[in-house]
Amino acid sequence: MTSPVPALTTPRAPKRLTVAEAVLSNGLRVIAVRKPGVPLVEVRLRVPFQSARPTQPARAALLSDAMLTGAGPYDRAGLAAAVQSLGGDFSVGVDADRLLVGGNALATNLRQMLELLATVLTDPAYPKDEVATERDRLIERLSIARSRAGVVASEALARRMWGAHPYAHDLPQPDAVAAVTPAQVRALHQQMVRPSAAVLVIVGDIAPKRVLDQVEKALGSWTGQAPEARVPALPTPQPGPLLVVDRPDSVQSSLRIGGAALPRADARYPALQLANLVFGGYFSSRWTENLREDKGYTYGPHSRIEHNVLGSSLLFDVEVATEVTAPALLETRYELGRIASLPVTGEEVYAVRQYAIGTLALSTATQAGLASTLTALSAFGLGLDWIAEHPKRLAAVTVDDVGAAAHEFFAPARLVDVVVGDARSIIDPLATLGPVERSADA
Amino acid sequence: MSRSATVSKPTPTFDLTHHTLDNGLRVVVAPDRSAPVVGVAVLYDVGIRSEPEGRTGFAHLFEHLMFQGSANLEKLEHFRYVQSSGGTFNGSTHFDYTDYFEALPSNALERGLFLEADRMLAPRITEENLSNQLDVVKEEIRVNVMNRPYGGFPWLVLPSVLFDTFANSHNGYGGFEDLESATVDDARDFFRKYYAPANAVLAVSGDLDVDETLALVERHFGPIRKRPRPKRPSFAEPPLAGERRAAHDDPHAPIPAVAIGYRVGDPIKDLDGHLANVLLTELLTDGDASRLQRRLVQRDHLVTDVGAYIGEFGDPFDERDPTALTITAHYPDAGSLEAILLAIDEELVRVADQGLEPGELDRVRTRLVSVLMRELDAVLSRTLNFAKFELLYGRAGLVAELPGRLAAVTEDAVRRAAAALRPDARAVVELVAGGVR
Repeated sequence: MTSPVPALTTPRAPKRLTVAEAVLSNGLRVIAVRKPGVPLVEVRLRVPFQSARPTQPARAALLSDAMLTGAGPYDRAGLAAAVQSLGGDFSVGVDADRLLVGGNALATNLRQMLELLATVLTDPAYPKDEVATERDRLIERLSIARSRAGVVASEALARRMWGAHPYAHDLPQPDAVAAVTPAQVRALHQQMVRPSAAVLVIVGDIAPKRVLDQVEKALGSWTGQAPEARVPALPTPQPGPLLVVDRPDSVQSSLRIGGAALPRADARYPALQLANLVFGGYFSSRWTENLREDKGYTYGPHSRIEHNVLGSSLLFDVEVATEVTAPALLETRYELGRIASLPVTGEEVYAVRQYAIGTLALSTATQAGLASTLTALSAFGLGLDWIAEHPKRLAAVTVDDVGAAAHEFFAPARLVDVVVGDARSIIDPLATLGPVERSADA
Repeated sequence: MSRSATVSKPTPTFDLTHHTLDNGLRVVVAPDRSAPVVGVAVLYDVGIRSEPEGRTGFAHLFEHLMFQGSANLEKLEHFRYVQSSGGTFNGSTHFDYTDYFEALPSNALERGLFLEADRMLAPRITEENLSNQLDVVKEEIRVNVMNRPYGGFPWLVLPSVLFDTFANSHNGYGGFEDLESATVDDARDFFRKYYAPANAVLAVSGDLDVDETLALVERHFGPIRKRPRPKRPSFAEPPLAGERRAAHDDPHAPIPAVAIGYRVGDPIKDLDGHLANVLLTELLTDGDASRLQRRLVQRDHLVTDVGAYIGEFGDPFDERDPTALTITAHYPDAGSLEAILLAIDEELVRVADQGLEPGELDRVRTRLVSVLMRELDAVLSRTLNFAKFELLYGRAGLVAELPGRLAAVTEDAVRRAAAALRPDARAVVELVAGGVR
């Protein structure tokens, strides 16, 4: 029995969203979007957190971990109980660009959630004993993180790409964390957790205009000007020998490759986005079909474009069995060279275009997905319009545009690479493919 | 007695249509026109527990084979058709079932149904595909278990101590020797026996018309020949008669960890008792106000992290009888295990003997309802929930009733749940850290 695969029917356009936006008198930018579905609300507060100070990663990480350990009239458990009784949750995370407070709750309890958020922002306690507890936990967590080959590999790649730039030192060192005092965390909060350049995104089963009033009432008393960040420009990654970091007896090798990419606002970005998908950005990509479905070297290779405030990067991750490390690198370089120097096909571009458009719709079809996407876009001055218009931009990309982007950004000659694995087993085979440098720090 | 705060909690409503095809396939359709996306999920009533002895990991290896082409599709075509329609796909193997699913723009609904029907009709099980996917699965196990600190802990380790029968206690990812000895004939037999339409549930939800969808389901799944539904044996085991202890070496972990498992009651036959257990886990470890976070992390500084959950994968509605309640913790000092166990026992006794603090049960319940509803926002997870509750509980509609059922759980029921977690009825697995600190 053979049957034809059913054709696609006419696509339906997504419903238009009701949105309200405002900049409050304290400088806080607020974006509220009505998105019913489940009777919940998602909250994201993004506060710029760039700094060139070497003390920043450790202090910021501890601030993030200790931020919810007491505020105003609440002790640690009291604050958590108050949030929980709203059906809510808050969490805090930080990186080299921003501090992000995320939360969600029953939509009817948004006002109380905002009041609790205001208490944390304007009157945090950072109690001495709680900061000490979190300091010890952070050190243990960092040791757990660095016991993972992938984390070691990402850190090695970041150092290769960014050298002394703060982007290379996102995860703090344990001794730096051990030296942080509660007073330093409080001072950092005082200085940087300010509304002047912050963005608050609220998405859910809410009335956007009314929410703007609620935010003004709850967060109007949060004031102050964050200092201008003086962070050096991002350097251009300098290709060099393949860096090998030893992880004795590792049964797999973690290969990481990186290079520069384009930001979303660049006119050529949609073409680069599609080139990345063709290469390794989705399952039906060349890299996956070759390394996994043909060779069985790996569970899955992935390439992606990561957008940071100071620049975007093209990143490639794959874990392969130790004994096929060199063949996997050879195939990877072959695929990179192929996409950089030979045309892609119309069929490939059709498939990735559909995928990019479809998955954008899927990822913004939930309250949490839309809130996170809008928050990420806000750092670049982009918003709902960008999401709505992006399918048109993708539709306009030609096969030649994709080829040109691939030619410029996927050429192995401009990429930086590192491998974390059992050096004893992999160095000689890797050296047959080109220059190799063994890392001194492992 | 519930107060008004409990009563006013929102309850989701769904428009569910049930239908069974002549070949026995159970179908659930749930329209929701709020966004132009659909979810398609097929759950087969076979999982890790049904693997034959000597074939550990086979259910999962077979799941991989279901993506390698089918009656009308060459290898790689399944992936390409889903993704070039703008959709995503995956599959996963659980203890009691195996799922296959897509999230798609709604204009690809018929295509999604076709793709699932085509592999229910006939997957391409060949030597070449088996050998390729055996390599891929080994890499999956290396990346998720062998090369990773705390890899597979505790789901690959705890069942072997907590349970006795092969079905419940074996390694669900499989040993390499067993995986390597799997044959094409094994796979064909497994398909014939367990992948019958009558042994599956299809759920479709999202931007769709119910009648049109049922007609499409009939068109694509209707022609698949009826085969008998295999009889599912009981996997139940009696309560533990005494404490069990074991150690597990982890060469990469920098600090030790512990998993404490308890056999808990039949989630299907006694859902209300099960929900009391679920509320107990949240009360013990959800957030900074929870009992064990306060005691072990904030007061005694014994552990770095502590968590409690039901179901080997952390989903309390994922397994039939038997299922386990597990408490895990990472802790910096290898010598503090007994102190940790003692503190946990004390806190459980405190819940059982002294009951709950004012407002405690209600806030934990409110948060849990919110978490359950948040899971239903994405069309795909909603679809998977309908299919899972239809397959395991016989009723997709239970998804909407959970908030009400949770509201009816009493403090006494939670106290009883805590009282049952006795030291002489637990399995303790200590992870011995062999990595560099």
